[in-house]
Amino acid sequence: MDHRARRTTRRIEGWPAAPGVASGPLMRLAAAAAVARKGGSTAGERQALADALDASRLDLAALVGEMKNEEAQAILSFQIALLEDENLAAPAFALIADGEAADRAWIAGIDPEIAGYEQAVDPYFRARASDLRDLRDRVLRHLAGEVDQAVPAGVIVLADDMPPSVFLATDWRDGGLVLRRGSPSSHVAILARSRGVPMMVGGDVEGLEAGVDAVLDGDAGALIVDPDPVLRAEYDQRLAEKSQARQALASFDGPVLTASGEPVRLMINVTGLAELRDIDPSKVDGIGLMRTEFLFHGRESLPTEDEQYQIYRQMAEWAAGKPVTIRTLDAGGDKPVAGLTQAGEINPFLGVRGVRLSLERLDVFRLQLRALARAAVIGHLKVMIPMVTVPEELDRCRALFRDAVEELRGEGIEAAMPPLGMMVEVPAAALAIEDFDADFFSIGSNDLIQYVMAASRDEPQLADLARPSRAIFHLIGHVVRHADRCGREASLCGDLAGDPSQVAALLDQGLRSLSVAPGALAPVRAAIARYPGRPA
Amino acid sequence: MMQDGGMNRLRASALIRHEVGLHARPSVKLTKLAKAFESKIDLGLSPDGPWVDAKSIVKVMATKAPKDSTLYFRAEGSDAEAALDALVTLVNEDFPDGP
Repeated sequence: MDHRARRTTRRIEGWPAAPGVASGPLMRLAAAAAVARKGGSTAGERQALADALDASRLDLAALVGEMKNEEAQAILSFQIALLEDENLAAPAFALIADGEAADRAWIAGIDPEIAGYEQAVDPYFRARASDLRDLRDRVLRHLAGEVDQAVPAGVIVLADDMPPSVFLATDWRDGGLVLRRGSPSSHVAILARSRGVPMMVGGDVEGLEAGVDAVLDGDAGALIVDPDPVLRAEYDQRLAEKSQARQALASFDGPVLTASGEPVRLMINVTGLAELRDIDPSKVDGIGLMRTEFLFHGRESLPTEDEQYQIYRQMAEWAAGKPVTIRTLDAGGDKPVAGLTQAGEINPFLGVRGVRLSLERLDVFRLQLRALARAAVIGHLKVMIPMVTVPEELDRCRALFRDAVEELRGEGIEAAMPPLGMMVEVPAAALAIEDFDADFFSIGSNDLIQYVMAASRDEPQLADLARPSRAIFHLIGHVVRHADRCGREASLCGDLAGDPSQVAALLDQGLRSLSVAPGALAPVRAAIARYPGRPA
Repeated sequence: MMQDGGMNRLRASALIRHEVGLHARPSVKLTKLAKAFESKIDLGLSPDGPWVDAKSIVKVMATKAPKDSTLYFRAEGSDAEAALDALVTLVNEDFPDGP
């Protein structure tokens, strides 16, 4: 079968590991060849390994000199320190003394070390296995006399896993990275986020041909192979907007105002701490949506209360008194979490997801509420519940939250009850919004659109249906008017808010609070500044 | 710091507060500092060991010491006291960036 002849658009789903969009031909990166080396004398093999270790150390030392990024330097310094430690190669040299060839001895010596990290309970230490594999392969390449496989700029790289040193030696201008293995907490993912290289992990990329055109959507965690012209144009526009935004953001300052002088609150959507590093908190009005799913992805054990607390606390500290809106775990639907979400649902978007899952898995939910209650002591934390459909769900969450606060105080731990709001994304909730006892409302336009229009946003044939319509704006206006009447905040945190061409229509409905991806800040800000005011 | 059995063998401990425990960057700093001393220095996660060479990044990382664990050091040699002082300070100050 000739794939090229058909040219049908294919979408491969994975986990988002670093945001952004990249477009270009696919390139496959092979792992270091495991070809058996012909063994020489014991002395010769000992020398060969010693030389390969030396050469690897020199490679890394040269690389670290080129790096200006602190994160990158730390990762390479760690690998150099490992190489300089004679304990690393001691088992290999012992095997060589027993007559083993250098490459086999090296693999046999270091693999137990790698396995030790792979079995670690803590995801941080588990991710270090990739650093050791990186070292193993670099030394093997030297033993085999290979040179590094060069990656040209502007390609989307497919690989099983990528060693941090290879990542750092690559020119990523306009490129992107798709890994079959790896996790969002691996070193390489941290590097990709800090360098702005779009990346996804967990995509089934086996069988994809090199050279085929593709678009990597690092925000959604999807690879689109052979995109049709419509999709292609859509992503080209996103690429252009992102590069404009990067240039424009630095020049903005002061409050966000419409042309008529009305203030609008403009906040950001984030998935973790890494994205905050490059954002100046004085240029935004806080975090309008923190997606906690990211903390649960790509790991075998669920995050502990303390791990979650540390992240929420650091977000509150970053925001320095501005609101930080944290959404409780929204797993299920298109966001499965191993060991948590229910497998085999016929229609996961209409299944046990969001708050429905949290109320089923109270063990997991209570831990998250405890972590949030502790972090609420530190800053201006707000908590919102996803997929609320009937008022009783929110009431149960509030009761559970109160229990968590009391329980913590009983243990002598400081805790506070933050404002508790709801995502408005199920039509039933939007229509009967008056019935909900929420401290604030945040409209989730992505799910609201697909539930109101009965059209999946992932189905290319329905792209014309899965768009904001008069019905959507009518519902948004209904929610905003209710919030205004009872003096509570309503905001919108879906992709709709980040689309500059929709901003005027949202402001027309009375919305004065939007939360967008950091890359959309500048264009949305500009669209707000053009807004002349609501038509009479 | 306390004297332990033989001549000049000293012990000390410090609570690790670093966000993710004894991870790559702190481990590099710790082993570099340990290597600056002549004494034999061991690290353990309990007062009774098992002990690993505090100058070996391979061994130190492999302890996978999580946050809020106590690091125990023992040192034997001419500069054991100074070594323990320096290591405990490094951990207590949460591995500050050196000069």
